[in-house]
Amino acid sequence: MGSSRWTWRLLALPGVAWLSVFFLVALYAVLAVAFGNQDTLSQPVPFWNPLDWNVGYVLEMLKNIWHGDQFLTVSLRTIEFVVIAVGLSLLIGYPVAYFTARHAGRWRGLVLLALILPLWINYLMRMLAWINLLAPDGLGTRMLHTFGIEKLFLTLGLLAEPGGWLNGQPTTVILALVYGYLPFFILPLFVAIDRIDGRQIEAARDLGASPLSAFLRVTLPLSVPGILAGAVLIALPMFGDYYTADLVSSSTQTNMIGNQIDEFMRQGSEKVTGAALTLLLSVFLLVLMFYYLRTTRRAGTSAQTA
Amino acid sequence: MSWLRNPWGKPRWLALITAIYVLWSVVPVLLAIAFAFNAGRSRTTWQGFSTRWFTGPTGSVLHDPALRDALGHTLLLAVVCVAIATPLGVALALGLQRWRGRGSGTVNSLMLLPLVTPEIVMGVALLLLFLRIFPGIGLGTEAQVIGQVTFTLSYVVVIVRGRLVSIGPEFEEAAADLGAPPRDQLFRVLLPLLLPAIVASAAVAFAISIDDFVVTQYLSSDASTTTVSMLLYANARGAPTPALNAIATVGLAITLLTLVAAFLVYRRFAGGQEATSLATMEV
Repeated sequence: MGSSRWTWRLLALPGVAWLSVFFLVALYAVLAVAFGNQDTLSQPVPFWNPLDWNVGYVLEMLKNIWHGDQFLTVSLRTIEFVVIAVGLSLLIGYPVAYFTARHAGRWRGLVLLALILPLWINYLMRMLAWINLLAPDGLGTRMLHTFGIEKLFLTLGLLAEPGGWLNGQPTTVILALVYGYLPFFILPLFVAIDRIDGRQIEAARDLGASPLSAFLRVTLPLSVPGILAGAVLIALPMFGDYYTADLVSSSTQTNMIGNQIDEFMRQGSEKVTGAALTLLLSVFLLVLMFYYLRTTRRAGTSAQTA
Repeated sequence: MSWLRNPWGKPRWLALITAIYVLWSVVPVLLAIAFAFNAGRSRTTWQGFSTRWFTGPTGSVLHDPALRDALGHTLLLAVVCVAIATPLGVALALGLQRWRGRGSGTVNSLMLLPLVTPEIVMGVALLLLFLRIFPGIGLGTEAQVIGQVTFTLSYVVVIVRGRLVSIGPEFEEAAADLGAPPRDQLFRVLLPLLLPAIVASAAVAFAISIDDFVVTQYLSSDASTTTVSMLLYANARGAPTPALNAIATVGLAITLLTLVAAFLVYRRFAGGQEATSLATMEV
């Protein structure tokens, strides 16, 4: 059996080699550039040896953030947008996932299909759809006006001017984030609620719990792992998002960290600053990434033993 | 109005929320598709039905060079990406599934990491990799393919491994007991059993490649490496005609047809239950 064990490792080798070079080395390149220097044309000069690392750029950025410059504003705004968007996603997504898992009956397959469908529609096409709708003469803008929702948003200060949905409105960016990422949240929620053993809820009801308290004390606590996993799953890409804000706002007033990185890396020529910011963002997100990896690996192990 | 008296009895309001959500998530896209067939130049006012933005003589997906080339490049990237990512991912899934002990946990994490890394981090990392470490490859088509393979690979592994778990080790053990060498266990027992999962993973990789935006944009070089997603991003705000809706519609049709075909293949060979669980699987 010794030789066959080696066969399996040999099979894994090409994939491991690919990921090592194009993922791990690529991530290391971010470190080497962020802790490197730049030449007179402000092109990055990476320092590959950690002993040579120049912490100047990263330190300067941290110092600026500490002193409350634009990076602090953008970082806080990003956290604010993501937290609100994830919260709204939970408020909308949980009832939908709950209904689909427990009450959809013969509609279940069809509803599930409708929940999966948006995952396979190009994200940018879904944004394009809303850009058309929310244009000043768009169908959506007119409907929001007719139904008084525009007025409500204006009164609440969530919209600056009538018909100006696409003019640098934080509200629009947050709602677009919800629209974009909610489908990715609903499925893990659905799976979590679907897995709950119905007998546990019946037991609570038999023991005299009202439907509400059975929900609050059995169903909801048992779906917390799914809520957390789904929240992390959509928070991660939201933190790195730049295209949503670009498309539905196109104003620097709603810039997120992703927009800042994008401006440095792709549009401008401050690649060292961009790499430093990417590094700080990654470090910030590492906690979330490892939380998610741990829960999926645990789920994977239990599936293997089952 | 019975739910007002007993709101937890029959959850009609939950059904209502779900219905509204489904409409909200699908109708805007349906409207965007409808406007691809608009006879006029407006993307907000209906001016009659026409297919001019798909096949018309000017400014259509078929005849506008920029649109046609973007669609062609998108498909080229997707085909090459699938051709590389599928074999690489199937081999990695087989290796990981049967490899127990030292190193397998680390490799498993390495395989899952691209799935949770925000795409902009991967985009920046790969951009710097091709600018500074592999200037010979540089930015452009090759870099775009490599970037897409790097994160579609993980999806292939996860899908194929799910199927490996469900078929269990019995078949290859039986083959081994009957004296089949490892190579025969692999090619005559495991791979035929895995075929539906391989088809499904190839379709998923294809769809992800077509819809990808960030990594593909970061690794693009000039206009010849523009994809449909990049075109949508660049022109969504200022698009002069519904041709943009038309090219998005074509991309969507290709993605959905591929996935439906793969789903049917999977259901035919691996059973409906497993096909449904595959469809709801989110990594």
